[in-house]
Amino acid sequence: MVMLQTNALAEDQSVLDQTDNAVSVSNVSKNYGDVEALKNLSLDFPRGQLTSLLGPSGCGKTTLLKIIAGLLEPTEGEILVNGSPVTGPGEDRAFVFQDFALLPWASVLRNVAFGLELRGVARSEREDIAVKYIKDVGLEGFEKSFPHELSGGMRQRVGLARALSVDADVLLMDEPFSAVDEQTRRKFQEDLLALVANENKTFLFVTHSIEEAVYVSDQIAILLPRPSRVSEIIRPTGLREKDSTSIRRDPEYLDIVDSIWESLKTYVE
Amino acid sequence: MKVFGVRLPAMSSLILWGLLWEVFGRSGYSFFVPPLSEVVATLFEIIGTSAFQKALYETAYAFCSGVFFAIVIGIPTGILMGKNRLVDELLLPWVNIFLSAPLTALVPVLMVLFGFGMKSIIITTTLFAIWIIILNARAGVMQINRSLIEMATSFGASSWDAFSKIYFWAALPEILGGVRIGIIRAVKGVIIGQLLISLVGFGALFELYSNNFLMKHFWAVLIVLFALAFTISEFLAYLERRVSYYAAKR
Repeated sequence: MVMLQTNALAEDQSVLDQTDNAVSVSNVSKNYGDVEALKNLSLDFPRGQLTSLLGPSGCGKTTLLKIIAGLLEPTEGEILVNGSPVTGPGEDRAFVFQDFALLPWASVLRNVAFGLELRGVARSEREDIAVKYIKDVGLEGFEKSFPHELSGGMRQRVGLARALSVDADVLLMDEPFSAVDEQTRRKFQEDLLALVANENKTFLFVTHSIEEAVYVSDQIAILLPRPSRVSEIIRPTGLREKDSTSIRRDPEYLDIVDSIWESLKTYVE
Repeated sequence: MKVFGVRLPAMSSLILWGLLWEVFGRSGYSFFVPPLSEVVATLFEIIGTSAFQKALYETAYAFCSGVFFAIVIGIPTGILMGKNRLVDELLLPWVNIFLSAPLTALVPVLMVLFGFGMKSIIITTTLFAIWIIILNARAGVMQINRSLIEMATSFGASSWDAFSKIYFWAALPEILGGVRIGIIRAVKGVIIGQLLISLVGFGALFELYSNNFLMKHFWAVLIVLFALAFTISEFLAYLERRVSYYAAKR
């Protein structure tokens, strides 16, 4: 009985959320010469939630993320972020890169503050903000270190702190954990769940790992290639209430992972 | 290096060559090669003379101005070529031609265009140094990590921000390498300029000493010149090593 109630509540919540989308992609196409990377793709990203873009390689998930970031221009279609159309990069979005994209000649402190530096925030102010986020991501004491002195996982924490410190509504994460080792990645996934719960931000998360997508997402958009389209949207209902350590043993988690694999495996060469 | 288990200090080969020079000079085989000890003694003799100091000043002035223009024009041009395909297509053939061209042959043309004074010498120096500086800055920019550019763009960097905060620093190891080689070429440029355009500075001293068969003086000035070029080049190599820690990790 109690179970049913929570499910009904979650259902209500999702109906409510669908009316409020932080990012809304409508009829977006992207061509590279004759190659159609994305074709007539529409997708909504509910505010305050984490949406994964999942699919085989070459399905255009990173292309879509970069179009939303304003780094690439769509051939056709429109992106709305908080209701206004995207014409380029903006202060409402921050990007976390797969290869971290840190300045190798700058300290952790300057790297984290770099987004604010480019936005013209005064030095003392931006460094105060950076120090706070360095602490938040667990890198306190490494402010003066340089990227080459850090492990891969620590470097991505710097990249994450930089994206958080500009306080954007929307966080765009392009396979952020794919370049770190398995154990660090698990820790990151748990931390990400806490981040989604505590920060009132919308997360767009590109991944090629089915397990990772199901573990961290409120909503999973399965993208299929040639030409790229959204084939399915999955919304796990009961996983958010679970403790982060027991999700991987949950029947719903296992069922979703299996069904995604069933639909994806014909596309894997 | 170790010889018979004894560790030799750096540049000990110079001592060996110096000794050979001394022995050869003392043998009296050639009038044109006096013993090294006498050359060094002459060096200390002439270093205080006003003729030497005037030459040093004139040469340093032309050299520093020439190198200054080569750096200030060369680095931004190279970065621009690395960033912009169109500029690259337009300029690259010229840069490659001038890099390998016998620039000495161009000096008479420069004299016609810019006269027989300091201006032509400075331009000659710049022409000797600038091409390798451009090419290296270009190469440094071309191997830059694309996601650094995307990162800067996504945080709203202006083109000036991108230039001064990303491109310049990412290309710095290559830029310094180019400046080091450019400076070595500039030494050549300034002496050739001083010999061909107007007899001033060290060029005039070389001319004066060799025409009057003052070989000790001639060698002394040459040693000073080598030492100066070597010191500058070593200083830049040191700067290069300072930034090389991130050269492989951009």
